[in-house]
Amino acid sequence: MNVVGYGLSAIGPGIGVGIVFAAFINGVARQPEARGQLQSIAFIGFALSEALAILGLVLAFALQ
Amino acid sequence: MISSLWTLAPAPPVPPGPMPAEGFKAPSSQDFDIPPIFEGVPALEWIDKPVIQLIFSAVLIYVFFALATRRTALVPGRLQFAAERFEGMVRESIARDNIGPDFRKYVPFLVTLFAFLLVNNLFGVIPMIQFPTFSHPGMAYALAILTWFIYNIVGIRKQGFGGYVRLMTWPPGVPVAVRFILTPIEFLSNFILRPITLSFRLFGNMFAGHLLLLVFIFGAEYMLTVADSILLKVMSPFAAIMAIVFTVFEAFIQLIQAYIFTILTASYIGASLADEH
Repeated sequence: MNVVGYGLSAIGPGIGVGIVFAAFINGVARQPEARGQLQSIAFIGFALSEALAILGLVLAFALQ
Repeated sequence: MISSLWTLAPAPPVPPGPMPAEGFKAPSSQDFDIPPIFEGVPALEWIDKPVIQLIFSAVLIYVFFALATRRTALVPGRLQFAAERFEGMVRESIARDNIGPDFRKYVPFLVTLFAFLLVNNLFGVIPMIQFPTFSHPGMAYALAILTWFIYNIVGIRKQGFGGYVRLMTWPPGVPVAVRFILTPIEFLSNFILRPITLSFRLFGNMFAGHLLLLVFIFGAEYMLTVADSILLKVMSPFAAIMAIVFTVFEAFIQLIQAYIFTILTASYIGASLADEH
């Protein structure tokens, strides 16, 4: 059950990370010289949306 | 029930006699409980493998930067060049982009933090060590608390206590009715959830990655040595190959996580220093 819960909690962050990097790639394709600035923003966005999946993973192991 | 991941309770006693050969026991959080080195000496029981790794990494980084900057020259040698590139990367792409005009004060902290995280994470894939230090949550909590104190103190110094709390919880240009919801959320996210997510992200990634490698390696070993089916024996090398592939992938994840921890620290400091507008 814990692993099923983790799988469910990973759906949202998966979509979110995809959107973040899709926007990053779009931005770089339109304006390649902005890559440096966009990269740090993209990684912050990636980290924030990934947090939910990590919380799910930690809880899957912590609550038994 | 809270497992031993949080309380570090001793592992349940193993029944005496030879281990029964049937059934594959998947790796779990128990595999992260490393016994202390000086077993039975109460004063030294806190020393275990991750603690040794922390001290070793600090010594390693100190020696590297001391050697690199011992004889600084206008035309840098190989070691000095490596150190300067490292410092320059953190300064340009992490500190300057996220903190703003007065980023120089925070560059030493960020360089140290990044080097410390990078070395400790890469311990997870370096042969003979192969244990990421931050897969024990306590280590990650300590770093997150350090970051929490730094960005709060920096903000209070710059804005004053009232101004800082106002900046963090009172975003401008919001209708009064919305503030009843928004201010508690902002407070929760800026003062409580930031250190929690920061430490959980690092710990969770290191923990999950190491567990994944354990699954592949233990699985390959089990299929080759214990399992009876010839089909499983044939499949075993593929699991071993996957373990190697995921080791490379893990090294990448560890680099990314060190980068993300540093960049989030920089952006929190930057948010504390931001002028109101």
